[in-house]
Amino acid sequence: MHSFLRNHPTEAKLLAVLILICAGLSLASPDFLTLVNFTSLLNNNAVNVIWAVGLLVVLIAGGIDISFAVAASVVQYLCVYAFAGIGGGNWAIGFLFAGGFGLALGLINAFLIHQFRIISIVVTISTFNAFFGLLMFFSSGRFLYNLPSWWSKRVILWEHQTASGTWAELILPVAVMVAAMLATWVLIRRTTTGRQLYAFGDNPEGARRAGIPIGLMQAIAFGWCGMMAGIGGLMQAHITKEVVPNALVGRELEVLAAVVLGGARLGGGRGSVLGCFLGVLLVAITQNGLNLLGVSPYAFKMVVGIIILLAISTSNLDPAKWFEPRKGGRT
Amino acid sequence: MTALYRRAIAAFGPEVPGLLGFLALVVLIFGLTAPNFLTGANFGSIAFQLPELGLLTLAMLMPIISGGFNLAIITTANMAGLTLAFVLNQYGGVDAGLAPFLLGTLLALLVGAASGAVMGAVIAYIGAHPILVSLAMMIFLRGLGEFLTKGGDISGFPPWMAAIGHGTVIGIPVPLILFLACAFVWHVILNRTRHGFSVRMIGSSIRAAAYSGLHTKRTLVLIYTLSGVMCAAAGILMLSRFNSVRVGHGEALLLVTVLACFLGGVDPFGGFGRVLPVVIALVVLQVLSSGLNLLGANQHLSTAVWGLFLVGVMILRWGAARLSERKKRS
Repeated sequence: MHSFLRNHPTEAKLLAVLILICAGLSLASPDFLTLVNFTSLLNNNAVNVIWAVGLLVVLIAGGIDISFAVAASVVQYLCVYAFAGIGGGNWAIGFLFAGGFGLALGLINAFLIHQFRIISIVVTISTFNAFFGLLMFFSSGRFLYNLPSWWSKRVILWEHQTASGTWAELILPVAVMVAAMLATWVLIRRTTTGRQLYAFGDNPEGARRAGIPIGLMQAIAFGWCGMMAGIGGLMQAHITKEVVPNALVGRELEVLAAVVLGGARLGGGRGSVLGCFLGVLLVAITQNGLNLLGVSPYAFKMVVGIIILLAISTSNLDPAKWFEPRKGGRT
Repeated sequence: MTALYRRAIAAFGPEVPGLLGFLALVVLIFGLTAPNFLTGANFGSIAFQLPELGLLTLAMLMPIISGGFNLAIITTANMAGLTLAFVLNQYGGVDAGLAPFLLGTLLALLVGAASGAVMGAVIAYIGAHPILVSLAMMIFLRGLGEFLTKGGDISGFPPWMAAIGHGTVIGIPVPLILFLACAFVWHVILNRTRHGFSVRMIGSSIRAAAYSGLHTKRTLVLIYTLSGVMCAAAGILMLSRFNSVRVGHGEALLLVTVLACFLGGVDPFGGFGRVLPVVIALVVLQVLSSGLNLLGANQHLSTAVWGLFLVGVMILRWGAARLSERKKRS
């Protein structure tokens, strides 16, 4: 416990804040601390968490990716046409295709960044515009509803009828979310590649001199983010049962905010899967709580903005420092 | 001749000849392929469309040169527009006179300055990352705007206000005059004042700037405050061009402004960047978009071309840097 506090101060603080908010909400609203509410929270935020862990790897490697949400939309369109082309498909093929298309789009970013030494934000803003413009141009903004039945049919993994008669259920994206979190955790914490990603993000030049292949690092980071974007896109279409070209634009900044709230540093070398999850959850639970308290939906975003602003304002404060004696003079 | 060229480079920045070359190339290609491209009407419409994106890009420019970011520019512009709209509607809407307009403009500029100052203060005194702070501000302001307007439009402004968005003075569009004036002010601030010097030093290395005795925190607050004021100017222009205000107007321009800055040779890490190349980059983008439009493509294809164009320019710059390195070595 003590080592958790020391090694993961941001995550610990976030967890404490979350517990406080949950305690407050469960006192204020009888509907908050229910099984139905919690399962629906998980169902509704699974896709964000999948994207968040993908983005996390890029942030750890010292980059930033603005294009992943648009890439997810591109993957959705490619998938619809690919499945129609091969005459149906199933979940295995679906994951393979979505992950593969996403990976390819991520590798485009990695190639441009590494080959031409362009900073990642410039590349991903360019590819954001290129992907989105081309998608809107070729799709003419059309919605697609003709998804294969396996894709759009709701897959319920677990359900339970509560005493009041309503059903609490967990759907497929939640399982995919858990798998994505687990896979990312193994990648960044349990493999040599993961250690190299942290080292590369913390000090690219030092990592290069230590013999870490930096091209490969970029490819892994952006490829992973692209793959998660693709899989997240697949899950998003599974939930909404339709593919809309501009539905996901703007989500990239929300996810970015959640990941950075969870302790990942813009600039590289820091971040954890648990932090990502907590960051997404903080935003989600705040919105959920406001909803249950009967606050006007128009005010949600305002409060979420304040919460993020407060969270980042306090995350840079270190309570331990308050109790240290001042070392003379100005610091 | 070469001496003159060198002096011009020193005065305007090394990116200018390349960008002017691009501009000439783009104009040449569209002049040959697109009908009606080389007409007064087309350049007139470019001159009317450019300033909106231009003012927003100026608002983005100063934070980027300081090594930061301001993702809240669009929502700040929207909020400033809303402020002016509220004041005008309070004093008669369509029948409002000049005094409410001036009051509303003043309040709009204050709202922009205030939102910028809050961001700057959080960035400077708490040390949080500008991307995150401005992102939170963006979400907050969008929420506030949606809360106040319930997501709808506000319209009903005095008809004489159309002069700001659509009028001309001796043949020059008023928005263009506004934009050029703002660009000139920005150029003077960045190149000729103590504040501009501090901005570039902070962008190069904030720690070195602090140790050299620059008041980095005050400068940061001022950077984002000025950026907010420029957003407000953009918001007022957008109001008079569309004759309505809605939260979310111009949201698609957010990342385009960043694209324009990078195209104009601003260093993504901060420290280096000039106003003139960015203005030329904006003209290139707008000419590209209107040329494609005349060829029958829609706005979305131009967006894609803008993205690909930036990648192309960055690759060319990479190639040029490698060439000059090789020359030095041999």
